[in-house]
Amino acid sequence: MIITIAVVLVLAAIGIFVAAKYPQRAVSAALALVIIGSIAFHFWTPWWWTEIASNWGGMDDTIILTFWVTGTVFCAVCLFMSYCVWKFRYRKDQKAQYKPENSKLEWGLTILTTLGVCALLAPGLIVWDRYVDVPEEAMDIEVMGQQWYWNFRLPGEDGVLGLTDSRNINDDNPFGMNLDDPNGLDDILIEGDDLHILNNQPVKVNLRSIDVLHDFYIPQFRAKMDMVPGMITYYWFTPIRTGEFEILCAEYCGTSHYAMRGYVSVDEEADYQEWLSEQTTFEEMMASIGKSDLVQLALNIRGDN
Amino acid sequence: MTADSYEDVAVGKNDPIPALEVQPQDLYHAKSFWTRWIFCQDAKVIGIQYAITAVSIGLVAMVLSWMMRLQLSFPELVPFLGPADYYQFVTMHGMIMVIYLLTALFLGGFGNYLIPLMVGARDMVFPYVNMVSFWVYFLAVLVLVASFFVPGGPTGAGWTLYPPQAITSGTPGGDGLGIVLMLISLSIFVVGFTMGGLNYVITILQARTRGMTLMRMPLTVWGIFTATILALFAFPALIVSCIMMTLDSLLGTSFFMPAIVEFGVQSEHSGGSPILFQHLFWFFGHPEVYIVALPAFGIVSDLISVHARKNIFGYRMMVWAIVIIGALSFIVWAHHMYVSGMNPWFGFFFATTTLIIAVPTALKVYNWVITLWKGNIRLTTPMLFALAFIVTFTNGGITGLFLGNVIVDVPLSDTYFVVAHFHMVMGIAPVLVVFGAIYHWFPLITGRYLHEGMGKFHFWVTFLGSYLIYFPMHYLGFVGVPRRYYEMYESPYIAASTISLNQFITIAALAVGFTQLLFLYNIITSAKLGKKAERNPWGACSLEWQTADVPATHGNFGKELPVVYRWAYDFSVPGAKEDFIPQNVPPSAVPGAEAIKT
Repeated sequence: MIITIAVVLVLAAIGIFVAAKYPQRAVSAALALVIIGSIAFHFWTPWWWTEIASNWGGMDDTIILTFWVTGTVFCAVCLFMSYCVWKFRYRKDQKAQYKPENSKLEWGLTILTTLGVCALLAPGLIVWDRYVDVPEEAMDIEVMGQQWYWNFRLPGEDGVLGLTDSRNINDDNPFGMNLDDPNGLDDILIEGDDLHILNNQPVKVNLRSIDVLHDFYIPQFRAKMDMVPGMITYYWFTPIRTGEFEILCAEYCGTSHYAMRGYVSVDEEADYQEWLSEQTTFEEMMASIGKSDLVQLALNIRGDN
Repeated sequence: MTADSYEDVAVGKNDPIPALEVQPQDLYHAKSFWTRWIFCQDAKVIGIQYAITAVSIGLVAMVLSWMMRLQLSFPELVPFLGPADYYQFVTMHGMIMVIYLLTALFLGGFGNYLIPLMVGARDMVFPYVNMVSFWVYFLAVLVLVASFFVPGGPTGAGWTLYPPQAITSGTPGGDGLGIVLMLISLSIFVVGFTMGGLNYVITILQARTRGMTLMRMPLTVWGIFTATILALFAFPALIVSCIMMTLDSLLGTSFFMPAIVEFGVQSEHSGGSPILFQHLFWFFGHPEVYIVALPAFGIVSDLISVHARKNIFGYRMMVWAIVIIGALSFIVWAHHMYVSGMNPWFGFFFATTTLIIAVPTALKVYNWVITLWKGNIRLTTPMLFALAFIVTFTNGGITGLFLGNVIVDVPLSDTYFVVAHFHMVMGIAPVLVVFGAIYHWFPLITGRYLHEGMGKFHFWVTFLGSYLIYFPMHYLGFVGVPRRYYEMYESPYIAASTISLNQFITIAALAVGFTQLLFLYNIITSAKLGKKAERNPWGACSLEWQTADVPATHGNFGKELPVVYRWAYDFSVPGAKEDFIPQNVPPSAVPGAEAIKT
C-alpha cells in the first residue's frame, strides 16, 4: 500500500515537473499514456469473465471480435490526436491549414466504418439467431421468480409443464398450478431450493414471475432474460461442465434485489437421477397436505379415478 | 454551402450591406429587482438561472453518489445506510443527473444563453414564456426535493422506474408518496421544458439575423437545435407514461400492472403490460441520450475549432451527422430491452439500427481529430476538456457497440459494464464539455477569466480520475458483477481482488468529486476577482463575442443587429491578417482573404 502510494506520488511529481517545463508536449504524452495504459490494463487485467459452462461460447467470441475492431479504432483515434497535439502545438508565427472539406477522405472513412460495423453485426446476429431458436430436443423447465427467491418446476414424466395462473396462487398452491390440468399432476416443484440439471442436455428455461421483474442470470452460462409478470419468457442453453453455479437476479426487483441468490447444479446422469428421486410432484404435495380433492377434476381427466 | 436566397450578403460582393430595417423588438426592459433578477425575461439571465439551479441539484446527486460508492467499498464507514437508502440514492442520483442536471443545463442553460447571441437575435422570440419555462422547471426541482422529506422517502425504483416494482411495497417509496412525487415532478419538468424548447426551435428558425443561413450557424446551435427537436418529440412519451403510472398507483388502474401476487396477497390489478411502459420509457429514454449528447457534440466542435485556430473539418458532414443521429435515435430505443422479454425478433431490427447509428457518430469523432491536423493548437483549459471529451466519448461510444450488438448485450446487460458504459458516454463525456464550455464562455458572461492554475488542476484530476473510475469498471462487468446491488457481490469464484478494484474506484470517485468543489470555488471567486478578459479573448468567429457590451446587456446587440457574411469557422484564412475573421466582417473589410464561399 505504502509502496503504491509512493510510486504514485513520485510519478505525479515527475509528471508535474515535465508538464511545467513542456506543457504542450506533456498533454500529448499524457493522452498517449492513457491509451497505452488502457491497452496494458486490458491484456494484464486479472478481472475477466468466469470460465464458461454453457454452449454460448459464441457470445465470448463476438466480444473478443468487438474488442479487436473497436479497440483498434479507439487507439488509432486517440494516438492520432496525441500526435497532432505534439506536432501542431501553438506557435505565434505559424498559421493553421485552411481546408474546410475533403470529400474523398470523408467518404473513405464512411465506407471503412460501415464495413467495420458490418463485421461486428453479422456474426452477432448469427449467434442471436441461434439464441432465439430453441432446439427441439431441449427439455422444458420453469423458473419462477418472486420477491426475493427462486422456485423451479420440472415437467415430470410426461415431459409437459402443467398450466399455471398467478390468480391460482394461495398457501396451498404456491406455484398457481391450474388444478384442472392433468399435465400438472406429475410436475416436480422445487420451492426456494437449488435446481439440478443434466450435463449436456439442452434446456429451455421458461421464465415466470408472480410479482415484479426479475432476471435469471448465471454468469458462467452467459444467457439472460427478464421474467415479466403476466407473461412467459424463455431462453435456452446447454450446460457443458458439471459444478455448482450461483444464480443472481439481474433485473432490479426491490429492496432485497442484491440478496436474491440461489444455486444451480449441473450433474452427470447418476447424480441427477438421485436428486430427482428425492423431489416431490404436485400430486404428492397435494396429498401430503390432505388436499387431493382439489385436483379431482385433473385426476378424472387423466383417467386415474 | 450555397445561399442563393441570401445573395445580397454572400461572399464575393465587396460592398457592406446595410442592416435590415426592422422595428426594434418589443423587449420588456426590467424596472425592478424582481423583474431584473427573479422573473426576468432576458434569455441570458434565464440561462444563468437554469444553470445555477441545475448545478445545485446536481451537487446533491454527486453527494448521493459518494454515499453509494462508500457503501459499496467501505460499508463500515456508512453504517447508517441500509438497502432502502442505497436504492433511493441510486434512483435519485440517476434521475437528477440525466434530467434535472444535464438536460436542463445543456438546453435551458447553454441554449438560453447562447442561441440568441449566436444567431444574432435580441432575445428568444417569446421572452415571457421563456421566463415561465424556468419557473416551471424550478417547481419540478422543488417537488423532486420534497420527495426526500415525505414519509417513506423518495422512490428507490431505479431511474428507469420499471413497473410493477416502482409502485409496489417491495420498493422504497413504492407504496407511498415517493414515486408519485417523482412522476409529478417529471410531468412538470416536461411542461416547463416544452415552453422553453418551443422557444429555442422557433428562435433559431425565425429570428436569425440577416445573412445567418442555417448552413452558417455554429455547430453549437445545430446541436442544441436538433436536441431540442428530439426532446419535443420524446418527452411526450415520458409524460404519458408518468401520468398512466400515477393512475396505476393512485387509482388502481392497470395500464402497466398485470395481475400479481405481492408477498402472498393477490393484487387488484390485472391485464396491464410492464413491457409497454418500457417501450414508452425508452422511446423517450434513448433520444434523451442524444438530447444530452448533441449539444455536447456541437459545443465541443466549436471549442476544438476555436482553440486549434482551424475551421471545423467537414462542416456540412457534421451538420448532417447531427441531423441523421437525431433521426435514427428514434428507432433504436428497444436496444435497452434486448433481454426485457419483448419479442426476440425485435433484436435483429434494433441491433441493426443501433449499429448503423455508429457510422455518423464515428464520422463526428474522425472530423474532430482531423480538425486538429495541421492546426495551430492552443492548449487552453477549454481545449484540454475538449480533447479529454474525445477520449472519453470514443471510449464510451465503442462500448456502445458491444451493448448494441444484441448477442453481446445478453451477458453484459445489467452488469457493471453497462454502468461504466453510460457513465463514460453520457456522464463524463458531456460533463467534460460542460466544463470546457464554462471555461470558454466565462469571459463572455462575466468579462473575466477563470483562474488558469485551478482550471488545469481541475482538468487533470477530473479527466484522469474519471477515466480511472470507469475504464476498469467495464471489467467488473465481464466478471459478471451485477449493477444495482446494495452489497458488492461476493462469490467463491470471483477473485477477492475485485473488492480492491472497487475500493480503488471509490477513492478515485471521491477525489474527482472533491475537485469539483474547487471548480465551484474558482467560479465564485473569479466572477469578481478573476483576471480581466479583453473582448473576444480566444479569437472566435461566432457572433456571441460581437455584442455591443461585454458582458452583453438586455437586447444583446447595439442599435443594429449584426449582418452575417460567412460561416463561423473562418480561422487562419490565407491572405487574411488575423487568424480569424468574425462572421459579421464583410469581405470588403478583409481584402485578399481567400475564404471559401459559405
